[in-house]
Parts: sequence; structure tokens; C-alpha cells
Amino acid sequence: MDLDFSPVWAGWPDLAHGAWVTVQITACALGLGCLLGLLAGMGRLDRSRPLVYGLCTAYVALIRGTPLLVQLFILFFGLPHFGILLPAFLCGVLGMGIYSGAYVSEIVRGAIQSVDRGQMEAARSIGMSWGQAMRSVILPQAVVRMIPPLGNEFIALIKNSALVSLLTIHDVMHEGQKIISVSYRSLEVYLVIAAVYFVLTGLVTLGLRHIEQRLRAGGMVQ
Amino acid sequence: MNTNPSSDPSSGMAPIIRIRGLGKRYGGHVVLKGIDFEVRPSQVVVVIGPSGSGKSTFLRCCNGLERAEEGTIEIAGHTLVQDGHMLAEPALNALRTEVGMVFQSFNLFPHLSVLGNITLGPRMLRGTPAAEAEAQARELLAKVGLAAKAEAMPASLSGGQKQRVAIARALAMRPRVMLFDEPTSALDPELVGEVLQVMKLLAAEGMTMMVVTHEMGFAREVADVVVVMDGGGIVEAAPPQELFSAPRQERTRSFLQAVLGRT
Repeated sequence: MDLDFSPVWAGWPDLAHGAWVTVQITACALGLGCLLGLLAGMGRLDRSRPLVYGLCTAYVALIRGTPLLVQLFILFFGLPHFGILLPAFLCGVLGMGIYSGAYVSEIVRGAIQSVDRGQMEAARSIGMSWGQAMRSVILPQAVVRMIPPLGNEFIALIKNSALVSLLTIHDVMHEGQKIISVSYRSLEVYLVIAAVYFVLTGLVTLGLRHIEQRLRAGGMVQ
Repeated sequence: MNTNPSSDPSSGMAPIIRIRGLGKRYGGHVVLKGIDFEVRPSQVVVVIGPSGSGKSTFLRCCNGLERAEEGTIEIAGHTLVQDGHMLAEPALNALRTEVGMVFQSFNLFPHLSVLGNITLGPRMLRGTPAAEAEAQARELLAKVGLAAKAEAMPASLSGGQKQRVAIARALAMRPRVMLFDEPTSALDPELVGEVLQVMKLLAAEGMTMMVVTHEMGFAREVADVVVVMDGGGIVEAAPPQELFSAPRQERTRSFLQAVLGRT
């Protein structure tokens, strides 16, 4: 077997730029996902408000029940039918963010529900409103518990971001395929792309471990 | 029923808690049935009774943590429940700032230091400046004997210390009434005394207190009125010397016999 990595080295600046685009799009999507997930997760805490609960549940069910690729294509190829033409990058962030939000909402809901019921009662007994208790008592405790599962979500999102290469976004996957299309060195290119994803997810894993240890040292995690 | 014992020095004053016809059910199960009761300022009322008698629910109705379904509750100058309708949100929160509550399981905020726990309410709800809230918190900590623990995190405290911080946290709102829901039931036996000591101090200072407890010694020593509950109703309410030595109701006798091992 003869491996020839020279086309990869020749195209290295493009690959590096693609990796940077992958990081950008994943980070933006995770930010959006956290925002949507926080809202949807809190919306699903209380069944006594059926409209909010129903809307949030429908969102989670629809997004989790359909493939990310289909959702991305609906945004990218479907919205122009309504005269809405979004830049590819924005489409990618929106699609991945909405997708991620559904999963983050379950993380948020689980973390909030894992905080002892007595915490809300104690906060309310002092005279705090539900919102005040949520912000200053429940969420600070819940966020710490969200970090490990959010890390998994971040890693899954980095890997899923390869799909946005199909929306003409020049991420690392897209740049790699451009190199393949002129050099036909698919094995070498995909090996290098795999290595790039591996390094990115590894960095995230290490970063999260560091954050968790600092929280633990600060007494935030028992 | 005698809810206004003649031995009570404050019997001339208007009640600070007035409860009429308080009722509540979970599904078909009646938890509270038509409770009538009054507490006067500076009175210490101790509620005893077998588990499942509704005493905790009764107490939790008094600050709206449980929703009363029938009757009327007036407390600290507010009408909390009127004919089964509970006060709505902003006013309910305002009422709770004047009614302190101490829980069996302490419920300290684990992500905040002892000082943070005590100052959060005054700063957020009363707009007390940080420095003033902290000075007040340190005073309260000195009072509950924990001046040295101001910077500690709750996880590093013993159960007795946690409960004393919880009492200080409730006092920081300067409540007019304090509710205690089995404050010593989750403590190791040797830590019960330090919490009861603080509660005795509060009683001596004239705080109006309602205490659900199994500590008969505390009831005997500190209570102005002891209330015996069973089956969601008040069986008997009397000053401790009367209730413990000459209970009028057979149900009181059998309960006391069970918990004290004698009649």
C-alpha cells in the first residue's frame, strides 16, 4: 500500500482554515443550543402551563425525531421557497443550534430536577419569586451538574458539524473533499480529517476536565 | 377548645396568627379538617402529634408552601388565605419575607458561603446594601454561636451548625413570626441541644414561634401552648404544665404515653 500525504501538506492552509470554520460554527451553534435548551428545558418543568409545556415538548420531539441532515436541508433548500435566503454559515449555525437545543433542553431539565426540592422551598420561604429563586439558587447549582453532559453534547456537535459541508460551508470536511477532488487521495485526506476532529474533541474534553476540577476545588461540586 | 390559655401573659393582645376552618385534602385523603387556632405575639406554640397527623402540613400552610383549600389564615397582618383562596404572587412573596421558616433538612444553599446564605435575602428582597447586610449577618451568626464560620461553605458544617445558620438566614429577613418544621429531627442526638438552645434564646427575646417537633422537653420548658394534632385536626391545646400532667383527651394520653413511655 502506498500512502501519499503530499497533497494534504500542499493543501494544509485550506484545511487549517476549514478547521477554524468548524470550530466557529460549532461554538456558535452550541451557544444558540444552550439558549434554546435553557428556555425549552425550563418550559418543560411545569406541566400546569400546558401551552408552554406543549410547545417545548413538540420542539424536542420533532427535532430529536428527525435527522440533522434533513433539518439542515430544509433550512438551506426549503426556506428560499418562502423568499428567505440565508447565508450558508448562518443556516449551518441555526440548524445545528436548533438541533442541539433539543438535546440541551433535556440536560437542563434533568439538572434542574436533580436539585433538591427543598432548595426551591427555602428560597421561596424567604420571599423570593420563582424567577429569583431559579436565577440565584437553582440554576447556579444546576449549571455545575450540566457541565459533563454539555461536554458530551459539544463533542457530538463538533462531529455532526461535518454535515454542514453539504451546505457549501467551507469547514474542514469541505476543504478535505476539495483536495480529494483534485488529488484522488481519499484515504490520506480522510485520515487527516479524522485526526483534526480527534484533536478538536480532545481539546474540548481536556478543557472541560479542567473546568470541572476547578469547580470541584472551589466546593461547587460535592 | 381552649386556644387562649389564661396563663398566657400576652392574652390581651390581638392575635398575630388567626386560622379559621383550615382544610386541605390530597385527592380523597383529608389532611387537615377545619382547624381553628390563634397565636398571639411572642407566644411559642409547639405542635406535637403522631406522624401523618397533618402537623407539618398545618405549619406549611401558614406561609403558603402548601395551598390551603378551605378556611381563612391571617398572619403577620396579611390575609394569606381567604375562604380557601390563597393570596397571589407579589403579595404572597411579601408576606413570606415576614414569616421565617426553618426546615427539617436545613436547605442551606450549598453554592453560597454561610455569609452568602444569610445576606442573599436581605440584599435581593429588601435592597439592603452589601456591607450592611454583612454586618447584620455577622451579628446574627454571633447570636447563634457561629461567628467563626462566616466564610465557611455549608458542606463543611455539622448538622447542628447548618441548622443554626438556617435560623440566622431566616432571622436576617427580620420576620414577625418564625415557623420551625421539625428542626431537630435530622440531627444526631448530641447536636440537638445546640439548636434548641438557639430556639430558647429566640423565645426569650419574644419571637412569635410555631414549632413542630418531637422534643417533649422543649415543649414542656419553652412552649406557652402545646397543640396535639391527630388525623388532621387539633385534639387538644393547652399550656404544657396542664397538658403533660392532666391531659383532657384520651387521644392525648395515649400519644404522650407512647412518646414518653408513661402517662
